[in-house]
Amino acid sequence: MTPRENPRHSISTRLWHWVNAGALVVLFMSGLGISNAHRYLYWGNYGFDPADAWLAVIRFPNWATLPQRYNLAEARDWHSAGAWVFALALLGMWIAMLVNRHFALDIAAPISAWSPSHLWAEVKAHLKGRFEAEDGAKYNILQKLTYGIVLGVLLPLMVFTGLAISPGFEPAAPWLVDALGGRQSARSLHFIAAFALFAFFVVHIVMVLLSNPVKQMWAMIAGGKQ
Amino acid sequence: MTRIARRSLLTRMAVLGTGAFAASGCSKIDSFATSEAGESLFDRAEDWHRTAHRTLAGRQSLAPEYAPEDRSPSFKGNGSLTVDSPVYREQLAKGFPDWRISVKGLVDNPLRLSLADLKALPQRTQITRHDCVEGWSAIGEWTGPQLSMLLDNAKVREEANFIVFWCADVLYGRRYYESVDMVDAYHPQTIIAHSLNGEPIPEKNGAPLRMRIERQLGYKHAKYLTGIEAVAKLDDIAEGKGGFWEDIGNYQWYAGI
Repeated sequence: MTPRENPRHSISTRLWHWVNAGALVVLFMSGLGISNAHRYLYWGNYGFDPADAWLAVIRFPNWATLPQRYNLAEARDWHSAGAWVFALALLGMWIAMLVNRHFALDIAAPISAWSPSHLWAEVKAHLKGRFEAEDGAKYNILQKLTYGIVLGVLLPLMVFTGLAISPGFEPAAPWLVDALGGRQSARSLHFIAAFALFAFFVVHIVMVLLSNPVKQMWAMIAGGKQ
Repeated sequence: MTRIARRSLLTRMAVLGTGAFAASGCSKIDSFATSEAGESLFDRAEDWHRTAHRTLAGRQSLAPEYAPEDRSPSFKGNGSLTVDSPVYREQLAKGFPDWRISVKGLVDNPLRLSLADLKALPQRTQITRHDCVEGWSAIGEWTGPQLSMLLDNAKVREEANFIVFWCADVLYGRRYYESVDMVDAYHPQTIIAHSLNGEPIPEKNGAPLRMRIERQLGYKHAKYLTGIEAVAKLDDIAEGKGGFWEDIGNYQWYAGI
């Protein structure tokens, strides 16, 4: 197979990447607007008294929210419309990753690669500005770990905690709310996972900027070459 | 709900999905949300959620019910916390001896019921979680007759599609009201509650009568109830969006999300 026929990023990955990026921006910004309606997070099933909150969240400024002013109804409109795009795209991406073996070939790492010494060696390489994967693999172990956590844990957790907050969905899967520790726990986890994804987003952008951003961007748009 | 002419779905999905909006200027995004295309997209997303919920869970599936020890130590009041009228104050002080609710509209047998009438009907007691649109939750025990029983007694006509709940409270100069479709109206947990945690409902929580619509958010649970009306459509009522917050703030009519 010549390099030309073997793009670095498959069409499903590229399509999902940008749809997901757009959906996440909409969901995150509208989510900050929703958070402003009641800025306190609780554990368990109930919670309404700020005195019982485990976290008093800041009031997010208007420039960070969607819409760009306090409007709970409109923020919820954006959020529940964006959720469809996000969740269905994630489902599609997981099916594509399993079918085209992107997950098995590029993201899954053997247990031997998880050793602390290997991870530490990779961290040191990153600190020296070397981000290339070894042995012709697409991603190095830190990338595999990060993408694995994002795709396998954080993004699905956003979907499941989001569903668990919905009183209309709950009768379909009451066990989900129980498994997450109750409705207010699900809401807290939704918030935590959202900010974990935001942290990923920041690091992701920084890493792209540090490693030939034009080539990286073009590869995620047009595919690029192996 | 009311559906406005729809434009190309693709255009709208593109706006949502591509992330191009980040560069397109936020004022444009703000105006998109209030444009016809935006409202139509949001209405459709809301419909999909409702359909998905009812398909996955079933139309009569129950909201979770809790044990007495799971109740929250108190029950937050929100929105209207009282009814600002001398009649209400007098009735509140006396225990609502003259409070009546009407069951009217598209019914063959209109009713007018006192608290005693409602308490004489078979009762349902349920400990449920109340989720406010703002994000908080409280858990309490509610008691009252099922709405389905009243609707059956009133002989609701075939052409009725919605049940409207009329309230005594006035917010921002408007009378509070809410509505549900027949699926939620006949849901077993949809009750006209007169008691919270074994006591008459406190003033801030909607004394003397409050609807419980357990699979939807708090603003659907109309407080200070005075009337129940069966209607074919919601367009002619107030501003036509099916509820006080729906009219005044464009809140979602289906509040199961």
